[in-house]
Amino acid sequence: MNKLKASPKKITPTLTQKSALIIAGGRVIDPASGLNKVADIYVQDGKIVKIETQKLISQKKVSSSNGEIIPAWDKIVTPGLIDMHVHLREPGREDEETIVSGSEAGVAGGFTSLCCMPNTHPPLDNQEAVKFVYDRARLAPGRVFCVAAVTKGQKGEELTEIGELVDAGAVAITDDGKPVSNSEVMRRALEYTKMFDIPVIDHCEDLTLSKEGVMHESFTSTVSGLKGIPALAEEIMVARNIKLAAYTGGRVHIAHLSTAGSVELVREAKKKKIKVTCEVTPHHFTLNEELIASYDTNLKMNPPLRSKKDILAIKAGLKDGTIDCIATDHAPHSIEEKDVEFDLAPFGIIGLETALGLVVTELIEPGILSWSDAVAKMTVNPAKILKLNLGQIKIGFPADITIIDPKQNWTVDVSAFKSKSKNSPFGGRKLKGKVVCTIVNGKVVYSS
Amino acid sequence: MVKLKSRHLLGLQGMAKDEINLILDTTDTFLEILQRPIKRVPTLRGVTIVNLFYEASTRTRISFELAEKRLSAETVNFSADASSVKKGETLKDTVKNLEAMKIDMVVIRHRYSGAPHFLTNFLNAAVINAGDGTHEHPTQALLDMYTIRKKYGKISGLKVVIIGDILHSRVARSNIWGLKTMGAKVSVCGPTTLLPFEIEKMGVKVYSNLNEALQGADVVMALRIQLERQQSCYLPTLREYSHRFGITKERLSLLNDNFTIMHPGPMNRGVEISPEVADGPYSVILDQVTNGVAVRMAILYLLSGGEGKVE
Repeated sequence: MNKLKASPKKITPTLTQKSALIIAGGRVIDPASGLNKVADIYVQDGKIVKIETQKLISQKKVSSSNGEIIPAWDKIVTPGLIDMHVHLREPGREDEETIVSGSEAGVAGGFTSLCCMPNTHPPLDNQEAVKFVYDRARLAPGRVFCVAAVTKGQKGEELTEIGELVDAGAVAITDDGKPVSNSEVMRRALEYTKMFDIPVIDHCEDLTLSKEGVMHESFTSTVSGLKGIPALAEEIMVARNIKLAAYTGGRVHIAHLSTAGSVELVREAKKKKIKVTCEVTPHHFTLNEELIASYDTNLKMNPPLRSKKDILAIKAGLKDGTIDCIATDHAPHSIEEKDVEFDLAPFGIIGLETALGLVVTELIEPGILSWSDAVAKMTVNPAKILKLNLGQIKIGFPADITIIDPKQNWTVDVSAFKSKSKNSPFGGRKLKGKVVCTIVNGKVVYSS
Repeated sequence: MVKLKSRHLLGLQGMAKDEINLILDTTDTFLEILQRPIKRVPTLRGVTIVNLFYEASTRTRISFELAEKRLSAETVNFSADASSVKKGETLKDTVKNLEAMKIDMVVIRHRYSGAPHFLTNFLNAAVINAGDGTHEHPTQALLDMYTIRKKYGKISGLKVVIIGDILHSRVARSNIWGLKTMGAKVSVCGPTTLLPFEIEKMGVKVYSNLNEALQGADVVMALRIQLERQQSCYLPTLREYSHRFGITKERLSLLNDNFTIMHPGPMNRGVEISPEVADGPYSVILDQVTNGVAVRMAILYLLSGGEGKVE
């Protein structure tokens, strides 16, 4: 990270905390520095001021002259988690989520920073809209960063005022929810954003191949009579974007990658040093498309759940570093909208409050990822892609910290979610690993 | 005593052989009733059935309605265009309102796959799938199997070929499940664009050459081909389709002796089936329709708690 350009205004909402904290006794995992040992973290005025690995505070000690003690003994302490792909629905669908409620769900799930997508109503395609997001975010417990639209009205035709959007605080641009179908538009977006060193995030979907599709094209789609979305609808666009990134030198980030073929395309592109990064959602490494035989609309999302073979490839891609980030694609929808025929239900599920548990249960516990690698994909990696001065436990950095009980077994209770929406397929699922405390800018914003 | 395992009839996938046999055996009784001068029995007196048709249907709707009337059930008909659907009411709300009026069974035809399953999430009434999207049409397959069994005295071992738009056919899917369970050898034949992904995993042989598919077959089921398939690039023209996949008199010589021609209707005469084949002595297309009423009577009876013997 040589360009820490995030302005203090952008990453420090109104959370400045004068008092001091000590996060004591936890195993501190900071992927950026490689730190992975028990340490006490001293926080002053919202910043990390000391990381003490030698003279540790005794567990018997309940208070310190240096500040309030946050107990983290037997816990894992990580940089505050960053989710680079969420839908907060504001403006337009405040009944489903708001910037504040989404951030509340985020901090309950250990996320100190969220990056909200621009497919709101109206879309976040102008400077005023971006300013609106940051204005609302001042009331949120965590940080919220705005990802703005690539094209005006997300229509895929004309570029937005990308420079103005960046000036207002946009950290990336995307037409997420839809792809940038027009290759010429995508080419120009990748060229133009080189001036600002921000990524163009693309939802990769060839709309002609996915037309009317509602699930992965497979034997299950054949038997259930649901129209399939073939894996190649995604892969063709991933391949196109990689070619465009190589040609233009722009940075492309593949949102919610879901197929074995996409993993392979990104892997090969990275070998050639093409500027491509990507993310995967917890549901795409946890659930497979065969479950849709039940017609449960909480299993309907875009890209769709894929095959067991795709899940294995995604896990391999996470392990070998092809996949940079884990992001939720948190997509709130009202109960009424989801409680309909499968074809009519909107795509998307919420994920902020189950992501960490799924990462621990599905990736760390089975040995696919180390704690450090998993945490990197939820902290320093998205921070690097978006050039955020966050995602590390480092002296001088904002004290955004997540404390996790790695051993805690819990059952997902959808009704207890902080999110305004409940559209999760994980209700009743048993998970291991739970967030017990979330600290943003030196202030405890969530504690279980 | 054999009984149906589910109180709903959503599809034939997973339905056991003895359950199918129970339905077919019960159908014999009702077919006999249909031959009587007074074709009405009091079996379902006091039972209220709603026919919920969210998609146009003539044959299936009338067949269900007649089956219900001949069992003395109270019936209510609901079709999508003349209803509150146009006012934007959801399927769930519509059905919950109907249930509040105390109904016992719902017969549903819907353009979306899984709609009958969706109803079972919140409905106490029994749900009968009268065709959902491209998923299943179990009563059609049961009447097809009944018709086959009546002619041959068995289903097991017969070679059945289903021809046409397999991709969009709920009739094909239900027939494949049912016929496979009953021991038939099932093949499908159609243009490669209209064969669904990994259809062979359903245990069928797959052909795109009609002459090869017909070789040595006992039963031929032609499916309706729809004009709009041409617009969405599944087919170049109906003319070319008819030329390659139409059941013509010349092609009948490829079949086994004592072969049977079936079609679930409505037919495009001269497209998927030539008029002379549709009307030939080996055609059981109208028997299918007759048997349909009896099969649906048997299903309604069994799902309302009847146990094989009609009182």
